[in-house]
Amino acid sequence: MSLLDVRDLSVVFQRRGERPFTAVDKVSFSVEPGQTVGLVGESGCGKSVTSLAIMGLLPKRGNKVTGEVRFEGANLLKLRPDDMRDRRGRDIGMIFQDPLSSLNPVIPIGVQVAEVLERHQGMDRRKALREARQLLDAVGIPDPERRLKEYPHQISGGMRQRALIAIALACKPRLLIADEPTTALDVTIQAQILTLLKQLVDETGTALIMITHDLGVVAGLCDTVNVLYGGKVVERAARHELFARPRHPYTHGLLNSVPRLDSVRGERLHAIRGSVADNIPWTEGCAFAPRCDHVVDACLEGAPPLEPTATGGDLRCNNPVPVEVTVP
Amino acid sequence: MTERTEPLVELRDVKVHFPIKSGLLVDRTVGYVYAVDGVSLSINAGETYGLVGESGCGKSTLGRGLLRLVEPTDGEVVFDGTDVRSLKGESLRRTRRRMQMIFQDPLSSLDPRQSVESLLVEGLKAHGLADDKAATGKRLRETLDAVGLPGSALSKYPHEFSGGQRQRIGIARALVLNPELIVADEPVSALDVSIQAQVLNLLEDLQNERGLTYLIIAHDLAVVRHIADTVGVMYLGGLVEEASSDDLYREPMHPYTRALMSAVPVPDPLVEDRRERILLAGDLPSPTNPPAGCRFHTRCPWAQPTRCADERPALREVLGGHRVACHYAEEIAAGRIRPHEVEPELVRPDDGGSPGDTGELIPTP
Ligand SMILES: Nc1ncnc2c1ncn2[C@@H]1O[C@H](COP(=O)(O)OP(=O)(O)OP(=O)(O)O)[C@@H](O)[C@H]1O
Ligand SMILES: Nc1ncnc2c1ncn2[C@@H]1O[C@H](COP(=O)(O)OP(=O)(O)O)[C@@H](O)[C@H]1O
Ligand code: SF4
Ligand code: SF4
Ligand SMILES: [Mg+2]
Ligand SMILES: [Mg+2]
Repeated sequence: MSLLDVRDLSVVFQRRGERPFTAVDKVSFSVEPGQTVGLVGESGCGKSVTSLAIMGLLPKRGNKVTGEVRFEGANLLKLRPDDMRDRRGRDIGMIFQDPLSSLNPVIPIGVQVAEVLERHQGMDRRKALREARQLLDAVGIPDPERRLKEYPHQISGGMRQRALIAIALACKPRLLIADEPTTALDVTIQAQILTLLKQLVDETGTALIMITHDLGVVAGLCDTVNVLYGGKVVERAARHELFARPRHPYTHGLLNSVPRLDSVRGERLHAIRGSVADNIPWTEGCAFAPRCDHVVDACLEGAPPLEPTATGGDLRCNNPVPVEVTVP
Repeated sequence: MTERTEPLVELRDVKVHFPIKSGLLVDRTVGYVYAVDGVSLSINAGETYGLVGESGCGKSTLGRGLLRLVEPTDGEVVFDGTDVRSLKGESLRRTRRRMQMIFQDPLSSLDPRQSVESLLVEGLKAHGLADDKAATGKRLRETLDAVGLPGSALSKYPHEFSGGQRQRIGIARALVLNPELIVADEPVSALDVSIQAQVLNLLEDLQNERGLTYLIIAHDLAVVRHIADTVGVMYLGGLVEEASSDDLYREPMHPYTRALMSAVPVPDPLVEDRRERILLAGDLPSPTNPPAGCRFHTRCPWAQPTRCADERPALREVLGGHRVACHYAEEIAAGRIRPHEVEPELVRPDDGGSPGDTGELIPTP
């Protein structure tokens, strides 16, 4: 049994007087214990909504969530809010892009870590604070004893993200969901945080869902990568396979369009034309078709299915990039 | 690279300090933010100078100081032979037309109530260039065409466009005045990856067609390396290294540049798996209270017991065309000095790292 099994997860937003909007469209993927799984795609492709749906953190009104989210077999979507709250923090930890908004501004950092331990592990305050100090130390916060008493605005963005990681990992969850955890940080601080995450995942055996728009972050971290476009998984492959032989025209285009630090200078970037504003609804065809160089007639006759590839991945495309020309 | 031409822009020891005020009734200056603290560089006509560095190091302030959108505290800003800081009135206005700016967030830099036409005409009017209706119409359409937007865009409003298209409007607004220099502050960092490439290609095409000179400010080293002829790396208000884009990439010499470069993720697992990262300890110190001596010495893995903590290194030519602000650049390049572990200093977001507030040793993994 997988640790997490997401089956046909859909999220439809419906505001009064507006047409329903499908932000996540039958997304399926699974996470094995200890595995690091990437969700990548551009802004608006449904990454955050997917993670919020898994955690049961979407707003109560204005949306409809369907499908299954099985965590060790139990469907999280069917849990009562109380039980779900219990699972969050104990079994599943979460880190967001903006640590300041996920920390309570009027409670000292140490107490925030300690409260998690008290709530989920039944520790008393003194023991919890001692444990909190060790956690802050483990995530590389200098002078943890003093940091215990400080408030979020008194420490830098990078240190706040470390504090949030300490909170997320306090109960040794079996799954950690990180939604753009380093996007707001400088690149040298990002390197610190990614190294820390990698090290913690290795040491504790926690599985990790890494959500990011940055293909570079995925390349160094994820075992399996899911590429999202327009709310659907369009390609899934093992890390090395995906980067060496991207088969979906969108993945291929993305990899060709990013300037690389180690590429030959002066080479023109291969941009993907148009923008997501040009997408067609999946009900009419492949959403990417208006931007795609590989488009064939079948692409405008309904959504192509997600089909297994010879290399153990999955691909949603009528006319994929041939294997021999995919090396960027 | 093209042959050396005359510099269009020369900055000499430019400083921009922002006073920190306190007091309710009487404004008292209690300190300064040393946002830009002595930067000298020159930009050759027709070339692209890329400025990189982490948040708060003073990149935008330097760009704004160059255009006099903020007044430099000290130093010379020479544009095409004249010191811009000495210009006033009509001569300042005439020079301003020749230097334009593109901003990071296309939406917040464009007034949502103005149509694209009025956004573009605004600048022309300010410089008395919109008197002839027919000629103006032609100029607007040509400009839109140059940035890849249809003429029908003129009657639309910014919110009707995607992020990439809005950035094209921002570029058109700069371009319509026919400037010689464009300062682009994070022109692609708000854009999706697939759109970034379109805008970078457009900037390159426009430069080739019109011989534009660019100062491109970005925190993304890969973007800067791609587009710039010369790259300057800033740390806490100062340039720490400057070289041609290729030289800087091939042999970064300043310890900070080395760390910065090693931190940039590369979208290639084969590269990522083999990479050695230089992880810096702790955070960027605050520019209100920059460390004495070499500003990087609190985080530098190569810092030495002599000079680093008390003598600010000058930016000096270490190899042909390669300038580095480090006392020990040669020794580090030759491997005679080895990196060591650094204790992270705790930096507070508001008041900067106070002296003596060092944490316990956290080994860099
Ligand atoms: N008008 C101002 N008044 C006071 N301080 C300012 C002002 N403008 C900028 N600063 C400060 O000057 C320093 C440099 O800011 P600047 O915006 O130039 O950095 P930057 O390198 O462009 O950073 P980023 O990458 O975040 O855009 C920062 O500490 C900033 O807070
Ligand atoms: N609460 C909401 N109400 C309506 N639409 C939403 C809501 N949250 C997200 N969306 C929309 O769902 C889509 C996916 O959003 P999101 O998952 O946040 O994207 P990202 O991949 O950038 O994380 C976007 O088009 C977004 O505008
Ligand atoms: S299904 Fe067709 S339009 Fe969609 S990505 Fe594949 S080839 Fe392109
Ligand atoms: S001068 Fe000293 S502290 Fe500064 S970069 Fe060079 S070695 Fe490091
Ligand atoms: Mg998101
Ligand atoms: Mg800036």
